[in-house]
Amino acid sequence: MARRILIVDDEPNIVTSLEFLMRGSNYEVLAARNGEEALRLAESFQPDVVLLDVMMPQRSGFEVCQKIRKNPALRDVKILMLTAKGRDVEKERGLDLGANAYITKPFSTKELMNTVRRLLPGGE
Amino acid sequence: MLTAPIIVAASFAYVGLLFAIAYYGDKRADEGRSIIANPYIYALSLAVYCTAWTFYGSVGRAATSGIGFLPIYLGPTLMAALWWYVMLKIIRISKQNRITSIADFIASRYGKSQMVGGLVTIIVVIGIIPYIALQLKAISNTFLIVLEYPEVAMPHKQSAPLFLGDNTFYIAMLLAAFTILFGTRHLDATERHEGLVAAIAFESLVKLLAFIAVGLFVSFWMYDGFGDIFRRAQEVAQLTPLLTEGGNYATWASLTFLSMAAIMFLPRQWQVTVVENVDERHLTTAIWLFPLYLLAINVFVLPIAFGGLLHFPSGSVDADTFVLTLPISEQAPWLALFAFIGGLSAATGMVIVETIALSTMVCNDLVMPVLLRMKGLRLTERRDLSGLLLGIRRGAIVLILVLGYLYFSLAGEAYALVSIGLISFSLVAQFAPAIIGGIFWKGGTRTGAICGLAAGFVVWIYTLLLPSFAKSGWLPITFLSHGLFGTDILKPQQLLGLQGLDDITHCLFWSMLANIGCYVGVSLIKGPNAAEHGQAIVFVDALKHPAAAPGSRFWRGSASVDDLLRLVGRFLGPERANEAFAAYAQSRGARSVGALSADASLVHHAESLLAGAIGSASARVMVASVVEEEPLGIDEVMNIIDEASQVLAYSRQLEQKSLELEAATNELRSANRQLQELDRLKDDFISTVTHELRTPLTSIRAFSEILNDNPRLDEDERAKFLGIIVKESERLTRLINQVLDLAKIESGAAEWHSSEIDMREVLEDSVTAVSQLFKEREIKLTLELPQKVPAILADRDRLMQVMLNLLSNAAKFCERAPGAVTVALAQHGGFLRVDVSDNGIGISAADQEVIFEKFRQAGDTLTNKPQGSGLGLHISRRIIEHFGGRMWVTSRPGEGACFSFTLPLARGLALAKAA
Amino acid sequence: MIRPSIKGQRLVALFLLGFLLLNYPLLNLFAGPTRVFGVPVLYAYVFAVWALLISLMALVIEKRDD
Repeated sequence: MARRILIVDDEPNIVTSLEFLMRGSNYEVLAARNGEEALRLAESFQPDVVLLDVMMPQRSGFEVCQKIRKNPALRDVKILMLTAKGRDVEKERGLDLGANAYITKPFSTKELMNTVRRLLPGGE
Repeated sequence: MLTAPIIVAASFAYVGLLFAIAYYGDKRADEGRSIIANPYIYALSLAVYCTAWTFYGSVGRAATSGIGFLPIYLGPTLMAALWWYVMLKIIRISKQNRITSIADFIASRYGKSQMVGGLVTIIVVIGIIPYIALQLKAISNTFLIVLEYPEVAMPHKQSAPLFLGDNTFYIAMLLAAFTILFGTRHLDATERHEGLVAAIAFESLVKLLAFIAVGLFVSFWMYDGFGDIFRRAQEVAQLTPLLTEGGNYATWASLTFLSMAAIMFLPRQWQVTVVENVDERHLTTAIWLFPLYLLAINVFVLPIAFGGLLHFPSGSVDADTFVLTLPISEQAPWLALFAFIGGLSAATGMVIVETIALSTMVCNDLVMPVLLRMKGLRLTERRDLSGLLLGIRRGAIVLILVLGYLYFSLAGEAYALVSIGLISFSLVAQFAPAIIGGIFWKGGTRTGAICGLAAGFVVWIYTLLLPSFAKSGWLPITFLSHGLFGTDILKPQQLLGLQGLDDITHCLFWSMLANIGCYVGVSLIKGPNAAEHGQAIVFVDALKHPAAAPGSRFWRGSASVDDLLRLVGRFLGPERANEAFAAYAQSRGARSVGALSADASLVHHAESLLAGAIGSASARVMVASVVEEEPLGIDEVMNIIDEASQVLAYSRQLEQKSLELEAATNELRSANRQLQELDRLKDDFISTVTHELRTPLTSIRAFSEILNDNPRLDEDERAKFLGIIVKESERLTRLINQVLDLAKIESGAAEWHSSEIDMREVLEDSVTAVSQLFKEREIKLTLELPQKVPAILADRDRLMQVMLNLLSNAAKFCERAPGAVTVALAQHGGFLRVDVSDNGIGISAADQEVIFEKFRQAGDTLTNKPQGSGLGLHISRRIIEHFGGRMWVTSRPGEGACFSFTLPLARGLALAKAA
Repeated sequence: MIRPSIKGQRLVALFLLGFLLLNYPLLNLFAGPTRVFGVPVLYAYVFAVWALLISLMALVIEKRDD
């Protein structure tokens, strides 16, 4: 069964690039443009990994991360935070809130793919 | 029935009761459990104001002048309301300075002058001895009347021998014994006599109850209530005016004024109000309680007066005796006896307190200064003078009462005796300027006070005392009718031809004119000297520095503790002096008297101890004899005062400074907060800029790597990804340019090339520039321009930048077809206005200001994040504001938005600049 | 400690009021043959004002400082 990846970002071009990369690894991909949509899709789509942008209108990535962690149905979902804000405090905050990994934009595609692979079941 | 033995026995029993009360009061005071330390006893003791003159005389006055007797009691009521400011201050000053008499008070105020003290004492003695005589006469007369029971008969002219053959003499001596026993038991710096006050308060109670008893008897036993008495009186023609007229208004006012002065400055009032005061707070209660007493004792005056007038229509009975004769004529022996005792109370109370007050004055301000000056007596070398002091006082008491008795015996029924009440009042009113002026005005001087007192006294003698002698037949009556030396304008009761006033008002007018005129005038001619100024401050500012030892600041010199102790011991007795010094040492925290240092404050303490015993002026002289004083010049006193005021000013400055500091601290704190806020904003800005830069970079890097890693991508995808890279690069460039642009504008480094431009051209050019974009997006762009608009002064490129920003924004928000954007130009007064309106999604009210801030986009209303840096509108607004215009947006969500800005016309701008 | 306070000022006001009410010309208003409860109106007036003044003074003095 194909691994499922949920992409959450409000920048369409970044979503496009992430979709391309994930599909290239034969993952099943869905994209959400904001936090609301992300939470809705997370429940129905049951992804293995969520690529979560921090700076989004309405709901920040931190909030989405918190919600996912509180939802027992999404217990096993891995979260990879993507942020354009490079400060350490934000990285720590993301990890505190239950993110599994943290990558700063702009990212190296190889590093990103490696991290995603590592997060997937049996990846380690 | 009422026989002489019964009456005498009752009188003695009553006086014996007074002795018992006084003894008990003193005993309790010695034990430290005062029975007079409450406001009710205090208020009752103030009622010593009501003498036999009130008890019998009020009815007499009411019988001849109707309500005209009342000002004597209304005045004190009104004055009591002012006690809060006046009497409180006098009490405070007297306690601080151990002042024990009115003469001492005035002397102390005016530079501790022995001369002032002596003058006041002489004035008081002259004015008060006849007053005492009047009381003795009342006792004597009423005794004779009650003796006639059950007949109502007026006593005949006395032909009894003087002294030993006369009952009145024994009464006077009995009172002297009582006064000596309870008034001069020992010397004390405070001169308080608790037992005596207790007895006086009891007497006040007795006379009130007796008077009310008679009043009730007359009103409700003899007649059928007030209404009955007044109704019957109205039927008698000659009584009608008494019921309806108030009398002469000038008399009314002057009596009110006189009694206002009397309630404070009669020696007996001063004694009970000031000297015997235990606690200042008692005075405040007395302010209403004492007037209440006056009201109570006066309620029945008019009914008794009219009852008497109706009962004894022939005029055979003196109205002054109605209180006694009405019960006698109704055969009520016990009530008559009670009334007699009541009158006895009123008279004895007055005599006792007045005598004590006078004896203190005579001793401290008249005899001691003279004795101390007589070098031959070597008084200053005697070890213990306390016995001498007590002896002088006791002698003075006996002397005063003997003088009172003699005056009574010799004057008898003379006018000079019966009218003495108001004459005394007029005399003590002479103290008002010196005292009231002394506690509120620092400018009064010794010479001024002496001149004022002397002038008032002389005028009083000439216009009131001598005429009363003339009316008594002791002076030729031509003195009254034709004036001194037959000079008309010197007629004592029509001085300078002043007519139309009664004799009291006439005297009051002239004496006050002379008194106040001299006091103020002379004081102003030559200002106060050092000693006067020092005392002026102690008195006038008494309430300001209650804690400070008064006076000690104004002293400098050297002394030894032993000398001072020996000195005080001489007057108070060594034992009492030791006690007083030990108590002082304890209060200063010194182990023993020997450990004390003879500083200014000890010297002052010694002086005030002495002042209580021998008066402030003599105390000053005595202390000066053992202390080597360096006299303070007026300059030094002024320096001390200046220093004090400088300290005050300095502390005010300090207060001011600390307030300023606090304000500065607050400013700093808020500045710091602002800095922190700015710092945070800067951090946010950098973080936001970083984010805005990273976002396009992310796409560029990701697609570059994808293209690099996947060389075999199909053409379409390749082209699409390259397109994204190009677009994001452009976005990045635009962003960098805008950030730099903003930085320039904000730092003021931006270059502006202003010239006169035609706004129509700018709009046309900008529309042309974006026409391609709008065509691609199928948005209809309409331009509404007027034929001609005045020129404006601005940078053409900057305005283009603004228009392009607005137009691209409009295009961005008009994604729903069919989009329509209108650009309109219009002239409004001195401004051009440009509107760029679209039919897009609109902007919520909350976001309408937010969008003009840096990096703030109207995110919440959008499902898609708009392309753009979030700096465009901010920069546009800065540009428009730079050229003196305004930029804003009006919009309703869903109905499009209209961005508008105004720019001032070049003409208006030029005019404004020219102006 | 007694401080100069509103009480003192109230008392001065009462003094002025009393001085006004218990003096001419106001007193003249009540000079006449009328009687109130059997008492000549002038007497009734003076005693009533007097009693009123005393009660107001008592009120001012005994009122606790706010």
